[in-house]
Amino acid sequence: MVSLDLLANAVVAGILLGGFYAAVSLGVSIAFGLLDVVNIAHPVFVILGSYAVYVTNTAFGLDPIVAGIVFTPVFYLIGVVVYRIYYVSFEKKGQESLRGLVFFFGVLFIVEVGLTLKYGVDYRLVEAQYIGESLRFGPVGIALRLLVPCVVAVLLTLVLYLYLAKTFVGRAIKAVSQDSLALRLMGADPVKVKDVAFGIAIATASLAGALLIMIGPVEPSMNREYIGRVFAVAVLGGMGSIGGTFLAAVIIGVAESLTSTFFGPSWAVAVSFGVLLLALAVRPAGLFGS
Amino acid sequence: MRGRTFGVVVIGMVLAGVLFTRLGANQYYYFAAYVILQYVVLATAWNILGGYTGYVNFGTAAFFALGAYTSVVLIKGFAAPLPVLLAAGAAVAGLLGLGIGYLTLRLRGVFFSIATLALAVVLQTMVINWDYVGGARGISVVRPGRLPFFGSYVEFLFAVMLLLAIFAIAVAWWIETSRIGRGLAAIRDNEEAAECMGVPTLRLKLIATTVSGSLMGVAGAPFPYYVTFVEPSSAFNLDYAVNSLAMPMIGGTTTWVGPVIGAILLGTTQQVATVTISSALNLLIVGIILVAFVILAPDGILGLVQRLKGGARA
Repeated sequence: MVSLDLLANAVVAGILLGGFYAAVSLGVSIAFGLLDVVNIAHPVFVILGSYAVYVTNTAFGLDPIVAGIVFTPVFYLIGVVVYRIYYVSFEKKGQESLRGLVFFFGVLFIVEVGLTLKYGVDYRLVEAQYIGESLRFGPVGIALRLLVPCVVAVLLTLVLYLYLAKTFVGRAIKAVSQDSLALRLMGADPVKVKDVAFGIAIATASLAGALLIMIGPVEPSMNREYIGRVFAVAVLGGMGSIGGTFLAAVIIGVAESLTSTFFGPSWAVAVSFGVLLLALAVRPAGLFGS
Repeated sequence: MRGRTFGVVVIGMVLAGVLFTRLGANQYYYFAAYVILQYVVLATAWNILGGYTGYVNFGTAAFFALGAYTSVVLIKGFAAPLPVLLAAGAAVAGLLGLGIGYLTLRLRGVFFSIATLALAVVLQTMVINWDYVGGARGISVVRPGRLPFFGSYVEFLFAVMLLLAIFAIAVAWWIETSRIGRGLAAIRDNEEAAECMGVPTLRLKLIATTVSGSLMGVAGAPFPYYVTFVEPSSAFNLDYAVNSLAMPMIGGTTTWVGPVIGAILLGTTQQVATVTISSALNLLIVGIILVAFVILAPDGILGLVQRLKGGARA
């Protein structure tokens, strides 16, 4: 019966972890799925968010989630600036495939090395009252440091879903991915719409960074293991579908949790890569794509 | 015309190499020159896929480390001689390139790039979990005894890497001037049009990925003897991925000369900067130079030179 308890715990932890993965992947789903911008630097912005939260948490004792929300406008602006540079230098000239990718790789590298220079390679963590606590339901224990991020991620997913489905700008973002010419004929500037969308995508990184540093200690080079994961989630989720992203993230979270429970934590990193390759080889449109 | 430049560069490299060993220089210079030549191989290998076809490989470190760890296994298990290590490193890394290429190159190019990025993380995880090759702790490798003609083993490794660099450049030159090169250029310019004109695009892309991967593996094969202590974090260092991509980008990606110029310039600068400044700051500089070049001088130094000359092609 012990193994059944272990299984139940692993599945619950996986679902919670998956919720958090959704928060990290939503930005990629928007940028890659809807805007066709292959932002491989997204995870490094998440790490940047973690450090912003870490700094305000240690200096002012600000709650991590509040700090994550406070920084979203800053990250939104970073996103707009990055997209502008990307648009003017690459997208406009139709060179996004090779040079655009290299550009984001360079951005990733600069942010990572910059953080390493400033804060070193030590693991950093934050403090909040609820981080050490956990709830118990019979044999299943739920750590609040996993539950809180998952709840916040669900809320973030809902807000983004409603925003894209109900508001004018949100619908314009969806439209730009389908037919930017038609959007232009309707009197909306596709570049401005993409500005907003990419800004939002990077803004989610700030909140996701807060969740990341709540779940565990953070170190600059961690972003790399998230690259495979977030793109696996985005592809599996059907490229740009917000609901699909959430479901795909939960699937990968559970798969990783089971792997790390039964084969050891060091193998969990390989799961998302396997899923990514499998999805690309068998069904590149993703589970929920058309 | 290009053939002559190629000949001049090869003869120049051999002469410089011979001169270098005759100068009886400080051992440190051999270590530094080895690293620069290793980057000539890696940058040239990267460019065969990235520059000629336009498919970005972020996983240089994975292919390099695969070559290195293949050597570790062969040294530990069979005490294999260096030529066997080189051949095995090339074969294994080439197969990896073929496999990844086969799975992802049929789709859009970005998927290949993302897969190569994740590949490095996964291979590193596997090595960390594999005790036979030392796991996360690393493993030490004993160099073979003294050799005739060479003052030290490092001098010998330097000569080996010089030959590998010449070999890599020769392969790149051959591909560029052959039918394969023209097919690859057609893919880079417009893959759909190339396909319609009967260019076997998938097969050419797979050839490029395999050749590129195996050259990266070859560059990694002598690595255990060079460092004598192999650990995952040094073999899978992200520096390899960044440099092997930054060097062609800075030199110019369309011909074999670009990566060589980039590797020699950037490699030398880094060797000097690591000694005089710090190695982390020097990496930051590489990143900034890379982004600046990609935005401001997309055709690299060769493109700048051409523009200054007012050449026909912009």
